[in-house]
Amino acid sequence: MKKGFIQEGQDGQNVSVRNAVPLGCEKREEDSSNATQGKYVEHQMSVGYTGNGSVRRKRKLRTVLLHALLAVLAVVWLFPILWIVMTSLRGEPGSYFTTFFPKEVTFANFTRLFTETDVLNFPRWFVNTLIVSIFTCVISTFFVLAVSYSMSRMRFKLRKPFMNVALVLGMFPAFMSMIAVYYILKGINLTEGVMKLVALVLVYSASTGLGFYIAKGFFDTIPKSVDEAAMIDGASRFKIFYKITVPLSKPIIVYTVITSFLAPWLDFIFARVIAGADSRYYTVAIGLWSMLEREYVYHYYTRFAAGSVCVAIPIAALFLFTQRYYAEGLSGAVKG
Amino acid sequence: MKKAKKFRAIGEAGFLESWGKGDFFTKLSLLVPGLGNIRRGQFVKGILFLFLGLSYLVYFLGTGLSVLKKLPTLGTKTQEKVWDDAQGIFVYEPGDNSLLILLSGVIFVFLTLAFLLFLRMAVRSAYYAEELVRAGRRVPKFREEIEMHFNGRLHRTLLFWPVLGVLVFTILPLVFMISMAFTNYDRDHQVPGKLFTWVGLANFRTVLDFDGAFGQTFWPILGWTFTWAIFATFLNYILGMLLAILINKKEVRWKGFWRFCFILSIAVPQFVTLLTMRTLLQPNGAVNVLLREWGLIAQDAALPFFTDATWARVTIILVNIWVGVPYTLLTTTGILQNIPTELYEAAKVDGANARVTFLKITLPYMLFVTAPTLITTFINNINNFNVIFLLSGGAPATLEYYRGTAGKTDLLVTWLYKLTIDNKDYCYGAVIGILTFVISIVISLVAYRRTAAYKNEEGFQ
Repeated sequence: MKKGFIQEGQDGQNVSVRNAVPLGCEKREEDSSNATQGKYVEHQMSVGYTGNGSVRRKRKLRTVLLHALLAVLAVVWLFPILWIVMTSLRGEPGSYFTTFFPKEVTFANFTRLFTETDVLNFPRWFVNTLIVSIFTCVISTFFVLAVSYSMSRMRFKLRKPFMNVALVLGMFPAFMSMIAVYYILKGINLTEGVMKLVALVLVYSASTGLGFYIAKGFFDTIPKSVDEAAMIDGASRFKIFYKITVPLSKPIIVYTVITSFLAPWLDFIFARVIAGADSRYYTVAIGLWSMLEREYVYHYYTRFAAGSVCVAIPIAALFLFTQRYYAEGLSGAVKG
Repeated sequence: MKKAKKFRAIGEAGFLESWGKGDFFTKLSLLVPGLGNIRRGQFVKGILFLFLGLSYLVYFLGTGLSVLKKLPTLGTKTQEKVWDDAQGIFVYEPGDNSLLILLSGVIFVFLTLAFLLFLRMAVRSAYYAEELVRAGRRVPKFREEIEMHFNGRLHRTLLFWPVLGVLVFTILPLVFMISMAFTNYDRDHQVPGKLFTWVGLANFRTVLDFDGAFGQTFWPILGWTFTWAIFATFLNYILGMLLAILINKKEVRWKGFWRFCFILSIAVPQFVTLLTMRTLLQPNGAVNVLLREWGLIAQDAALPFFTDATWARVTIILVNIWVGVPYTLLTTTGILQNIPTELYEAAKVDGANARVTFLKITLPYMLFVTAPTLITTFINNINNFNVIFLLSGGAPATLEYYRGTAGKTDLLVTWLYKLTIDNKDYCYGAVIGILTFVISIVISLVAYRRTAAYKNEEGFQ
């Protein structure tokens, strides 16, 4: 009688809803094999219920299994990242290791990365990228805010066409125009020497006006009545923009600043074409990439890891800081 | 008629109306931009217009004409080796550079279009001033017009530089590349040594031809691109959602920590994680070495992660799950929490199990809400350059494909990259870019229409 009852509970999804009888008194369930309990756990996904005794034990087991599964998955996901960190601390050279933990732990990879600069000059790449990203950040933030404000607040004839064109342009493979961009830059003498960095700034920031969707979505949420009130007080549109809208939009400005700051650190397609063979004007991304070229990989693999760690920590911190806005922006886009 | 005219505010007349109804000076503004404005007392604006008009004239007479002359042929004079008696050596006498001719031709078209728009604006502006004078109203001074650009016309001020950037660094290069698709600018026609010329649609025929060497590369790669995009999109979507559901469960503790573990893999730059994975999966990489140590494979054996076509494709899809699942987790966690709990309670009452609940409630709901992002993800996967390029680089290479330009895991975009950057077959690269674009736009349009229809259908129920 009792057994049948339990089985019914196992087959039909929900014990607590379907049966008014408290389940806590099912002593015999304790004898069930683990296999049955595993099955039970699977069937009980997403249902919370209360009870004590055997049911509590089952629930506990299920919770443990859930956490174990999550832990395994988390290890899988963190493994490459941990591997990089471990590699950066390795004393032994080369790129093929047989152990996860280094045989010899050292910080030499980091110090050599910044001090031995004759062949591959990491500090210089770092400074290059920093300069490029600061300028890119200033220009693209202005571009993105200017376009998204116009699209959100102003009404003019070309508004819809502009938004459609932006959508269509996004469908072209981004680097299809790369060769053409290169020739244009060459035409205005931006492909030699230090001008390469100027070229990079232009490439990274010039078209950012097209990425206005997330910021526009944010501006749309600021009530128009605020603008109207200011307008009645005689403020011009521009004054409203920088006195009211901008201060109210700090989150989205922070988001825009950080994402545009990160772009030069992550891109290696344009950087590779523009920097060419001249390693003095590499950015960090192509510099690290070049460490894995066949002639360097043996000596530089651990330093590649060290460099990656140096770059990845600030980038990851900034990214995690912005991810809230990223998710919000996306769900906003879904609603629209 | 007269009434309607009265209601139209001053300054809203289109170009034709402005020119047709304008007086002599307004009409002449089409040839001498700014004349009408100067006549009505807008000196600064008028002179500015005049100056811009003159600049174009100088450009047109100086560069434009010669470009226009060469554009139909893209140059006729080949670079030649000439004996220089004075120096006693052969010197190269420069010929026409087809590439520069094409580029300046595109720039010419852009500047001319801009000039025509400018003329249109000049006439309208002249007529506006004329109308104001006729109505007995004051014509705005230059300073006042500047102020207007910070108020009612703020969008013009704000949009000027961003739009200029997009025009010069996105649209102009795109038009340039698209025009290359109609030339024979391949590895055998490299500037400055050789000329290239217009060939019409010949490249499209070559690429799409089933039997040609090029077509036998294009179609298999297209097939793999779609296979990849479907797997990459839907596997990541389903698995990411399951993970999100798992973490959302009531009894799971330290939810923030678990999410952090997964999202950390997005935060670390892809070139770091993917390049690491690449070294791990090499024939002598850590994974194979470990498998040998454990005796799971023979001492000299290696699992062909990137050396066998099928292995490489499966590896890439699996690694992409690692890349993509956290993104789905990030975007769906919030939406999952918004699913009305009554739906689940009703399902419980009806005795639905977890699988049925997921398939009948969660998935349809999520598809309904996230369909637009799913389409975008699909398009992004068709154009997913980073994962393929960093992970396999298209490997394994094969001679089955056109002159060995592509490998078995190359997508259309990575092939496009290799064709242009490594092989200098620009015209074919351009054709593939255009085809990729057409595919993307067709899929988006069809898919978006279907979701709209879906939504409307729901609306009636």
